[in-house]
Amino acid sequence: MSNVPSNLKYAASHEWVLKNADGTVTVGISDHAQEALGDLVFVELPEVGAHYDAEKEIAVVESVKAAADVYAPIAGTVTEVNQAAVDAPESVNADAYAAWLFKMTPDNLADVDALLDAAAYQAVADAA
Amino acid sequence: MLKQTVLNAAHRALGARMVDFGGWDMPVNYGSQIEEHHAVRKDCGMFDVSHMCPVDLVGADCRPFLSRLVANDVAKLTVSGKALYAAMLNEAGGVIDDLIIYFLTDTKFRLVVNAGTADKDLAWMQAKAAEWKMDVSITQRRDGADNLGIIAVQGPNARAKVWQVLPQVKAASEGLKPFFAAEVDQYFIASTGYTGEDGYEIMLPASEAEAVWNALKVAGVAPCGLGARDTLRLEAGMNLYGQDMDETVSPLDAGLAWTVAMKDERDFVGRAALAANGQQKQFLGLILLDKGVLRGHQKVVTAHGDGEITSGSFSPTLQQSIALARLPLGVAIGDQVEVDIRGKLLKAKVTKPVFARNGKAVI
Repeated sequence: MSNVPSNLKYAASHEWVLKNADGTVTVGISDHAQEALGDLVFVELPEVGAHYDAEKEIAVVESVKAAADVYAPIAGTVTEVNQAAVDAPESVNADAYAAWLFKMTPDNLADVDALLDAAAYQAVADAA
Repeated sequence: MLKQTVLNAAHRALGARMVDFGGWDMPVNYGSQIEEHHAVRKDCGMFDVSHMCPVDLVGADCRPFLSRLVANDVAKLTVSGKALYAAMLNEAGGVIDDLIIYFLTDTKFRLVVNAGTADKDLAWMQAKAAEWKMDVSITQRRDGADNLGIIAVQGPNARAKVWQVLPQVKAASEGLKPFFAAEVDQYFIASTGYTGEDGYEIMLPASEAEAVWNALKVAGVAPCGLGARDTLRLEAGMNLYGQDMDETVSPLDAGLAWTVAMKDERDFVGRAALAANGQQKQFLGLILLDKGVLRGHQKVVTAHGDGEITSGSFSPTLQQSIALARLPLGVAIGDQVEVDIRGKLLKAKVTKPVFARNGKAVI
């Protein structure tokens, strides 16, 4: 049973999104995603300043087992990336909600509200 | 409906993450694949490999049959218990399967073939036995009554742990050199493996497998999934059927020339094709110098043309990504090449195809 915090929003492609006070959002992969991938050994993050449309490939996480794309949960511009996750990919396994991947300024902050809530994402994860 | 080994319930009780592995419901890990990998290199781990298929050959023509059936030469098997790794080829020289042959007596041999290829292997063997009019009965021992479970116990402490749990096998298995087997009552103890570490592969009545598995667990042997099995064999430079070779690949291009015995005039299936085609590619290792992870099917760009990765992953022992690859003949060990990973060309070094064995890096 994976951990799905209720204060976050989720994309069906297994990213979590946290709204920050400064108008940016923080994005990572869900506990379910890290568990399915297994031990992560490589994280590749986007360039700061780059713009992505929703559902576009924005980052890559690789475990010993497989490579997986991370998708932009909403459209926006990357403002910051978490170098600590690149340096220690296993930190995402240890706590997928602490080891965020990148922050972005959404084109439209209301897009966040249209994402899945915890209960809806739990249903997606359970079906996977 | 996925097939289950006799240890399925034991895996689930241990909280294993189960996956569909070629139609079998198998554990990929019990938590951390990397920790399981290190357990085998440094201490002792065990794998359920009961999805693999033991095949018993009985009859006066076992030797002549195997002599024509596989590319390695069973004439090398002169001492009872000795094992031989061999490739079974089709007429075109492609690999139908790779297998281990255990010599028991001149009228009794045991083979172990891969899980996903077992049905076609058995059909091929039956057809050849009939075609060549050989006196040999071919009986699979994986399914049905009288079936066997297989537990691989691997690592520097594997032998001691097995003797602790099965003290009655100690006397017969203590002196086994690598690639031998001994039968003790219902236990078939083989000093073979797929990890590059010391240890045993134990075949036993399926009805006893769970009790032995649980006793090994209590003795401190780490349950390990097929994920760790794959990174261990990759580090050890051991081929995986379906990835590193298949029916379209010559053993000579898959690093298996050492298993092809062509010195004398022995006739075996595929020999003519191997002789006609010769070696077209070389099978070597790669270590990624840039950051990333090498994977099967990635293109390798070299000064002598393109090659292809057949197996790649992250090496827990080396803490770098490693791969096995089929490369053009001009490439030499030590060369720097490039690997196309998602459209980027990353630098890699060509190595011999063995990265780690017996607890340490050998590269």
